[in-house]
Amino acid sequence: MIRFDTKALAAAAFALALAGGSALAQETAEQPKPPRESWSFGGTFGTYDKAQLQRGFQVYKEVCSNCHALSIPFRTLGQPGGPQFSEDQVKALAASYQVTNEEPNDKGEIFKRPGTPADIIPRPEAYPNDQAAAAAFGKAPPDMNLLAKARKWERGFPWFVFDALPGLQYQEMGADYIHAIVTGYTHPDDPQWNLYYPGHKIAMPQPITDGAVEYTDGTPKTVDSYSRDVAAFLSWAAEPNLNERRRIGLGAMIFLFVLAGLLYATKKKVWESAH
Amino acid sequence: MSGPSTFVPKSAIGRWFESRLPIMGLVHSSFIAFPVPRNLNYMWTFGAILAFMLIAQIITGVVLAMHYVPSATTAFQSISHIMRDVNYGWLMRYMHTNGASLFFLACYIHIFRGLYYGSFKPPRELLWIIGVIIYFLMAATAFLGYVLPWGAMSFAGATVITNLVTAIPFVGTGIAHWLWGGFAVGGPTVNRFFSLHYLLPFIIAAFVGLHVWALHVTGQNNPDGVEVQNVDRDTVPFTPYATMKDIFAVSVWLILYAWLIFFIPNYLLDADNYNIANPLVTPAHVVPEWYLLPFYAILRAIPNKLMGVVALFASIAILAFVPWLDRNPVKSAKYRPAFRFFFWVFVVICVLLGWIGSQEPGDAMTLVARILTVGYFGFFLVIMPILSFAEKTRPIPASIADAVLAKKPVPAE
Ligand code: HEC
Ligand code: HEM
Repeated sequence: MIRFDTKALAAAAFALALAGGSALAQETAEQPKPPRESWSFGGTFGTYDKAQLQRGFQVYKEVCSNCHALSIPFRTLGQPGGPQFSEDQVKALAASYQVTNEEPNDKGEIFKRPGTPADIIPRPEAYPNDQAAAAAFGKAPPDMNLLAKARKWERGFPWFVFDALPGLQYQEMGADYIHAIVTGYTHPDDPQWNLYYPGHKIAMPQPITDGAVEYTDGTPKTVDSYSRDVAAFLSWAAEPNLNERRRIGLGAMIFLFVLAGLLYATKKKVWESAH
Repeated sequence: MSGPSTFVPKSAIGRWFESRLPIMGLVHSSFIAFPVPRNLNYMWTFGAILAFMLIAQIITGVVLAMHYVPSATTAFQSISHIMRDVNYGWLMRYMHTNGASLFFLACYIHIFRGLYYGSFKPPRELLWIIGVIIYFLMAATAFLGYVLPWGAMSFAGATVITNLVTAIPFVGTGIAHWLWGGFAVGGPTVNRFFSLHYLLPFIIAAFVGLHVWALHVTGQNNPDGVEVQNVDRDTVPFTPYATMKDIFAVSVWLILYAWLIFFIPNYLLDADNYNIANPLVTPAHVVPEWYLLPFYAILRAIPNKLMGVVALFASIAILAFVPWLDRNPVKSAKYRPAFRFFFWVFVVICVLLGWIGSQEPGDAMTLVARILTVGYFGFFLVIMPILSFAEKTRPIPASIADAVLAKKPVPAE
């Protein structure tokens, strides 16, 4: 008579899956994965660092915005949980852009006017549409409003399981990717070669070099810190409610644990009489 | 089990109402007095969890629909608008998308529970088949919903799945054009998918009504798989016993739900769906959501497109025939060592199929997928019929009360 051993079976399945996972990891060794960095908004309760988001916005505005759109309203730059510029700063910033009015004037003409906080940040002037940008670079630079959530890569077994667990969870892949791309121009003789871009041939020439942006708060003016700051800023742009979400989440968790505890005690009491 | 109700309302108004529309009696007999086997474990709380998830999906979905604008040019932006500008829009959206995943997780536990404890066996065949219909409708609803945000993966998924109908000889292409409302997936497709995605959950709700009705005719199965013989000894009333247990289980499920929504809301979402759909750019790696991966693996395992589609539907449809494939009179796998072993093999096969479904197809992958597909169908078509008569089962307890007492020291009276 055959003995059916469920535990041995489970162990065998686990070993098989592990072997499959590591075989896959080897296959892709020449395309390195972006390294995992530490972020103020990482972990379970991390929040955005306002000063870093402000620096990141500066990098975006002075460098990336020459090619990349960022379709978010100016006003969000003043909201709590973000770079939180003052109301006057946001107004002045918006007014420094010329935006096309949605409605024509009473003579029927489409006209431009200074921006207001309610307007969406306009596209880069040099590239009025994706086709114009693609014609210049071979590929259009993506809009940055969701970029930090739009890039992930396969983690493979068993890492993808750990990525979901409290304390280990990994939700900052987008920031790591942006940081890796900006710092990934490791072939000085080939400006279109990027260590972390899938296939390595990237249409974006190295966008930023040491000293390109003047920081006023003493942060080092290096590609590494520029890329961290802009990656943090773009993470906020893609997920502006993160601080609030985690705050509410903490309250919800505490409430639910207490509730579940009380319900368990009640359930136990009720069932005592049944046995 | 629920004959004419003996429920008599206390107030005069209640009695007046009850003699004209006995709805309170219905509620009383179904959710208060309904006799519940006393040996149920926590696997039996997933029905309540599923009911909760359906209601959560409908409520969050109705709120999303107030702000969502279905068309090729507005769908993606309207989701962004919900996430950024609508008050607590991010919460509604994360609840809805992660809710779909948890809905499926609960549903899979519920289905595997049924297979393990033989809940599909007489007299519960219809109850089980209604469940299979609900599962099928859920898969359709989730597929339709996934197209709505109009991301790159929405578009790719809609294209891959609707293209399946072109495998039908002669009329396939015509049907595809009719489904799309054009010559490719586009604006008209999102609009009609939205309409159907709004409709199907209410049809699911109607089938859930039938499901519960059928359940309350046959009564619940239980971990020992022996029917109730003596209502006093074998059962406890639904309220407060099952009610309290279900509410507690839902509260634990909510902790998991809250973890997903508030702390890892993008863990299960495909990053590519944060890129707007672009017919000219196909994602490098087209994959469905995790809950449909095993079926995707079966689809890709078959070299012929039409046969692939047939296998895909057969893999769900076969569940409806389980009551006639497994005819062993012993219900619970607790008393069926061989069935129990193959049950766990089957679970592993489903998980591995899911993993294969998430991988790039390649020669080795396709071979493994084929072996697993054979294993998937083999469980139903070979193992179940053979074990129906060839299995040496363990002795089952004489009654539910005996099973409960065997576990516990006899309490001093
Ligand atoms: C000279 C124009 C230009 C500038 C300035 C520029 N980019 Fe780009 N960027 C591009 C183009 C073009 C692409 C598309 C590249 C591709 O997909 O091959 C791109 C793509 C990207 C990508 C996405 C790669 C992917 O996976 O699709 C990231 C991330 C990025 N840029 C970050 C930045 C950051 C951060 C800055 C500012 C520091 C910046 N870019 C400045 C032109 C530019
Ligand atoms: C059976 C229950 C349901 C399931 C399984 C389900 C599943 C889904 C899924 C998987 C998505 C894609 C989410 C995404 O990727 O963003 C979605 C989106 C959507 N659903 Fe549902 N849904 C259900 C019920 C409903 C109901 C009842 C409504 C409305 C009355 C609704 C309205 C919407 C809307 C508006 C979207 C698009 C918004 C979004 O993408 O977040 N859903 N649904």
